[in-house]
Amino acid sequence: MKFTSILATAAIALGLATSAMAQDKTKVGFVYVGPVGDGGWTYEHNKGRLAVEEHFGDKVETVFVESVPEGPDAERVMTQMALEGADLIFTTSFGYMDPTINVAKKFPKVKFEHATGYKQAENVSVYSARFYEGRAVQGTIAGRMTKSNIVGYIGSYPIPEVIRGINSAFIHARKVNPDVQFKIVWAYTWFDPAKEADAAKVLIEQGADVILQHTDSTAPQAAAQAAGNVITFGQASDMSEYAPMPRVSSIIDNWAPYYIARTQAVMDGTWTSVSTWDGIGAGMVGIGEISDAVPAEVKAEALALKDALANGSYHAFTGPLKKQDGSDWLAEGETADDGTLAGMNFYVEGIEGDIPN
Amino acid sequence: MDLSAINPVLLVASLMVAATPLLLAAIGELVVERAGVLNLGVEGMMIVGAISGFAIAVETGSPWLGFIGAAVGGAILSLLFVVLTQVALANQVASGLALTLFGLGLSALMGQSYVGIKPPAMGKLDLPVLSDLPVVGPILFSHDLVLYLGIALTAAVWWMLKHSRAGLILRAVGENHDAAHALGYKVIRIRVMAIMFGGACAGLGGAYISLIRVPQWTEGMTAGVGWIALALVVFASWKPWRALLGAYLFGGVTVVQLNLQAAGVAIPVEYLAMSPYIITILVLVILSADKSSAPASLGRTFHASH
Repeated sequence: MKFTSILATAAIALGLATSAMAQDKTKVGFVYVGPVGDGGWTYEHNKGRLAVEEHFGDKVETVFVESVPEGPDAERVMTQMALEGADLIFTTSFGYMDPTINVAKKFPKVKFEHATGYKQAENVSVYSARFYEGRAVQGTIAGRMTKSNIVGYIGSYPIPEVIRGINSAFIHARKVNPDVQFKIVWAYTWFDPAKEADAAKVLIEQGADVILQHTDSTAPQAAAQAAGNVITFGQASDMSEYAPMPRVSSIIDNWAPYYIARTQAVMDGTWTSVSTWDGIGAGMVGIGEISDAVPAEVKAEALALKDALANGSYHAFTGPLKKQDGSDWLAEGETADDGTLAGMNFYVEGIEGDIPN
Repeated sequence: MDLSAINPVLLVASLMVAATPLLLAAIGELVVERAGVLNLGVEGMMIVGAISGFAIAVETGSPWLGFIGAAVGGAILSLLFVVLTQVALANQVASGLALTLFGLGLSALMGQSYVGIKPPAMGKLDLPVLSDLPVVGPILFSHDLVLYLGIALTAAVWWMLKHSRAGLILRAVGENHDAAHALGYKVIRIRVMAIMFGGACAGLGGAYISLIRVPQWTEGMTAGVGWIALALVVFASWKPWRALLGAYLFGGVTVVQLNLQAAGVAIPVEYLAMSPYIITILVLVILSADKSSAPASLGRTFHASH
């Protein structure tokens, strides 16, 4: 008891000492769910971190911890960062939501930014990107390109963000191809290349010739490449090493401008807790180059959709739309509000299967 | 629900592929533990094997050289464990954990320039008549050769442990190292060889993931297979054929549950996702009712003067 309290005091003292020493530098911490070399989600967050370093040079110091499991361990890592004098901490996975809130309570002076969650606090901002806009573009290409009319979808966890993506892709695939079916497999992991590859192989064996993924590694791309006539889309990062086939386009997360702006806000003392949700228009979601494997007219159609989403003339969830059970959701011309989208827990009409609880 | 979408032949063929990395790592660790050493560094040796094999296969263009490189890489990393536990007599649990952490970091460093590269393809077995047989062909006669190596290795280890003099000595060392020492056997030397064999097998298992199962290099790509292999050895009661059964069960249920999901079977996905772990443990626990116990000297440090 006594020993631990001495230790704790020492740790706090050490933290204070380092923060006092580093007062002229703003220290920014990043907590990653996968390794920085995953080629997808974490890779892009890390690019954002490097952009912060490049932008501010000596005025900033960044630290990161990779492959942090979503759970109590995340709390330990964040606490450690806060004790080491971080002024701003980005926690970059949905599963860090509660740990972030818990740690933020203990360190009211440290600013936290949680990606893709919905719990805000005095010193906790949330930020995410409207990936579903990119999914709409993917769905259009998928619906046009599939010959078997079976699109395979590798889900990670059944959380609103993933379900939103499935719905958006499905709506737009159906719009251009009324016969299209989605086969959805839940991997229950963000990052496990072997499992992701297995999931892709299973979907291909069951007839899918388009694979959409909401997991972080490039393994499904490799599986599709090995299978031959299957197309895929880069997830979170461009994954252009698999272009022009199987990867025909991609959703690219561009976090750098946001990270730079928020770091600047901390430096200026103007940081306040906000909820940011930007899409293609604001540049947070990028659409990777559509490769030559896609016919020109499909490419033009996809780009037109992208432009309409970017300038706000079209919303990816525009009625008439029904829920899976056949009940009405959006009337003709009505668009979904952000609240419903943020907590989306239902499939739209036409998707088969149940969402796991 | 559409079960007809599942092709049973492809399913069995792909479950064998999914099981092989696990089997290779488990067989290696089984020999190590039979010699009385607990090496928790399997995950670390696997991932180092994965990148060593990948790098060498890419540089030389030969997947075979890649696999040899992976075995050598895993064995070299296991030498670190040897130095810690057999020479410096450090605690085996701590050393093994350190080996895993070290391996994960080292592999990330080694793999920096190999992200996004496609490795040379591994040839598959292609026997004129047999590979073309309708059902049996795809299941038994048209895999990559490393998969057969895994099965052959299981048979060889079983024979070695059960019927050869070398196996008897190895087991003696694992059961009672003092007695083995008194009989004049070189306890440390035998253990060092076992540990290196374990490292080489783990390396092969890792390379199987990076060269055949996925095939690409991504940091941390073994994602816990090494830990499952460790658990498998225990649940298999340190018996090679049971390890094979366990690996195939685990790999099998993993692939089956993905297939069932894709076919839209009305079983909650949560149950499907946990099924590989539960079924494998259940079957092996039932099998281990014959009270076979762990090697008596498992995890104990040996020093000749004690």
